[in-house]
Amino acid sequence: MTWLRKNVVVIAGLLTLAYMILPNIVVMVFSFNKPNGRFNYSWQQFSLDAWKDPCGVADMCESLTLSLQLAAWATVGAVVLGTMIAFALVRYRFRARGAINSLIFLPMAMPEVVMAASLLTLFLNMGIELGFWTVLIAHIMFCLSFVVTAVKARVMSMDPRLEEAARDLYAGPAQTFLRVTLPIAAPGIAAGALLAFALSFDDFIITNFNAGSTVTFPMFVWGSAQRGTPVQINVIGTAMFVLAVLIVVAGQIITNRRKKTATA
Amino acid sequence: MTENTTGGDVRLTGISKTYGSFTAVHPLDLTVPQGSFFALLGASGCGKTTTLRMIAGLEDPSTGTIFLGDRDVTDLPPYKRPVNTVFQSYALFPHMDISENIAFGLRRRGIKSVKKQVDDMLELVQLGDKARHKPHQLSGGQQQRVAVARALINHPQVLLLDEPLGALDLKLRRQMQLELKRIQTEVGITFVHVTHDQEEAMTMADQVAVMNGGRVEQLGAPADLYENPRTTFVANFLGTSNLIEAEVVETGSGSADVVVTAGGGKLRLPGDRCTDAVRQGGKLLVGVRPEKISLAHADDAGSIADGRNRVTGRIVDSSFIGVSTQYVVNSPAGAELQVYEQNVERDARLRPGAEVVLHWNPAHTFGLDAAQDIDAGVETVEDAA
Amino acid sequence: MSTTLTKEAPGPVEEPILRKPPTRKRLVPYWLLLPGILWLLVFFALPLVYQASTSVQTGSLEEGFQVTWHFQTYVDAFTEYWPQLLRSLLYAGTATLLCLLLGYPLAYLIAFKAGRWRNLLLVLVIAPFFTSFLIRTLAWKTILADDSLVVDALNALHLLDVTSWLGWTEGERVLATPMAVVCGLTYNFLPFMILPLYTSLERIDGRLHEAAQDLYASPATTFRKVTFPLSMPGVVSGTLLTFIPASGDYVNAELLGSTDTKMIGNVIQSQFLRVLDYPTAAALSFILMAIVLLMVTVYIRKAGTEDLV
Repeated sequence: MTWLRKNVVVIAGLLTLAYMILPNIVVMVFSFNKPNGRFNYSWQQFSLDAWKDPCGVADMCESLTLSLQLAAWATVGAVVLGTMIAFALVRYRFRARGAINSLIFLPMAMPEVVMAASLLTLFLNMGIELGFWTVLIAHIMFCLSFVVTAVKARVMSMDPRLEEAARDLYAGPAQTFLRVTLPIAAPGIAAGALLAFALSFDDFIITNFNAGSTVTFPMFVWGSAQRGTPVQINVIGTAMFVLAVLIVVAGQIITNRRKKTATA
Repeated sequence: MTENTTGGDVRLTGISKTYGSFTAVHPLDLTVPQGSFFALLGASGCGKTTTLRMIAGLEDPSTGTIFLGDRDVTDLPPYKRPVNTVFQSYALFPHMDISENIAFGLRRRGIKSVKKQVDDMLELVQLGDKARHKPHQLSGGQQQRVAVARALINHPQVLLLDEPLGALDLKLRRQMQLELKRIQTEVGITFVHVTHDQEEAMTMADQVAVMNGGRVEQLGAPADLYENPRTTFVANFLGTSNLIEAEVVETGSGSADVVVTAGGGKLRLPGDRCTDAVRQGGKLLVGVRPEKISLAHADDAGSIADGRNRVTGRIVDSSFIGVSTQYVVNSPAGAELQVYEQNVERDARLRPGAEVVLHWNPAHTFGLDAAQDIDAGVETVEDAA
Repeated sequence: MSTTLTKEAPGPVEEPILRKPPTRKRLVPYWLLLPGILWLLVFFALPLVYQASTSVQTGSLEEGFQVTWHFQTYVDAFTEYWPQLLRSLLYAGTATLLCLLLGYPLAYLIAFKAGRWRNLLLVLVIAPFFTSFLIRTLAWKTILADDSLVVDALNALHLLDVTSWLGWTEGERVLATPMAVVCGLTYNFLPFMILPLYTSLERIDGRLHEAAQDLYASPATTFRKVTFPLSMPGVVSGTLLTFIPASGDYVNAELLGSTDTKMIGNVIQSQFLRVLDYPTAAALSFILMAIVLLMVTVYIRKAGTEDLV
């Protein structure tokens, strides 16, 4: 009984974790399902059909490719703009700091439907055609703040003396940035990039409002919830999850290995 | 090795630094002679680090100019100045190994083949076997030596050290003090060393500038500063001083003695060991270092030689330190006067409560302006915290 | 004796000429900020202005819309849709509370008790992000299906009778009920609560716990008096980042709910994309945004802006 009391936090925490992982497991399990009807909600029988033919569903892989492209470009845009802002916030003093902090914070806290609807209003009023570019613009917009947060956290923990030391040792501004600042800030930028990619790939509400006739992968899934959910969706979902875990774990191993080999 | 011209002197003229309404450094003039080991000494917040950073180019002066020899470097960014810094936290690049850290400055200046120089420098600081290690794998003392190597390899005109020994434990610090002094003598570069440790400054430096509240209180060789302080701050900050309130009775002219009264008795001090203000007359602070004072039991008062300054008192406290005994004496001249006696022969009568006579050679006395704060520079519990 | 006094020279001294730092140097931060801030101003702030303007327009798709300062739209929209608005705040509030109750132990576990498992646990918290949240939310349709293990278990424990009586579920069904929607919301926003909480907890020095216990505080008291207060910034930040987006969500309500569980997000979406009644949609959107801005302003008043980003 005392064991229970002592570890109540651990148990509660792990239960929450189970709650969070459960759907992923269901997705994984049901990727091996062979449903009876159009929808893949109840288990029928084990089958590898979906895995053997992941792109068998019409338009799905196109939407997947589109989502990946969007995510890649949105990440580039958000990382460039966001990293610059993060450095400005940490290393410099300037006016209107409070206003700028608030402006960067708000997209993270605003309901997506408000941002989606208002952005659509802008595009409609300006007569801009909805499609790839409007979605890209929107994605960069809401990924920016997250990149700023990630990079800022890393840069704040950087010793500013390191950049001073570089300048003291004859490195001009460009050299200092390339050889000292960037390598050390890299983990934060990588974290921001990863976050931006995930947010962009996974975005639905803002994309739905502003995509016009282009179909991203989340939009495809949404449509299939009405039309019929092919098992291949689960295949993609599982693959993405496993890939993500592998990437992060690989990153950890590489960092750990680098620390070990440096010890003579 | 060292030129006797002003070819390589560091000259600060009218240098000051203000941040908004706060003045970190009041306009000051300073000349660091070429090839000397120069110390900027003071408590934290006195402006010494700011001054150092202005020489490095890491801070822009609010007013004034900085010359390296004949060259005006005031507007030059740090990467264009022939000056290198050893930072307090070492600031070693964590993502490079030791060799790359040391070679950094050479590479930035376009020098391609650095291996020999780096190896030589590693030899100099005795870290040859750690060339491929990363900074976090080295101890504090080793990191400190890498920081010195990284700066020295560039043969700067001036090497700036910002409290580089602060993070080391006592024994290591003593070792590094000797090391740095040896390197400086061997290499002949001008060193400017910032520290709050007065023993460190006095051990290592040829010249010391004592700073307080953004100003230089006094500048000179360590022995001069110690034996002849010009302000109460310097008197209290370097070692310990007894400062006695007194009033002038006779103002001698030239180097003749000044006679003062204090606590009912008379004291003499050489005229040239008083500041000008003092010689006009009126009140002054008479100073004498505790180790210059001898303690005689009241019963032996008769055996004290003539011509020595004397003050009577009663022992309040005594501490046996091993090498010496430190006494605290209350006297009509001043409360809590400190006396350090070397433990050659111990007089058992010198215990708390005993009546004693303090006596010393008048030549060891100095006189300071009474308008100053008598406690300036004394470290209290609050300061130490 | 070679001492030199270096105080200010006696006599009248000229005020030294102040050097100004080069203009180029001072402008650097503004150049760095410009592109990103401009982007946010044009594609985040400006649209909100457009939205405000649209909300006071009248017209139709055929005739076109004009600004007529028709504030009646707000009144009409509010009178018609206040139930959905209220429901959204209620669902979001419940979900946020659940996120806090469920998320805090996990954040605490990762921050203090995980040791070398810490990174793995963080990965498990973040990794689901990388699977499309729509797919994951659809998975709840399986988990909460009428004949699923979970629902059967809940029925066997007669828990569904209680929740049914409370109006949270209907009969033996969980899907298409408020409880399903809240369940989905909680699930979706847990990471947004856990990560700020974890960041805040991780900063707490473990030695404070030791000090508290040394001073006779039991573990529960230590938590109440030391840990929880120190984690408040994370709690507030996590609450904001959970409640606000949740209040505008419509995916969970659409996939897991019914017509009775429609949230304000559903209304805005249908008004905008199906009914094409832009002014009404914009008005509702504006109301939601106003509530959000109010909350954020209160937060900024209390906590300042430095820790926002």
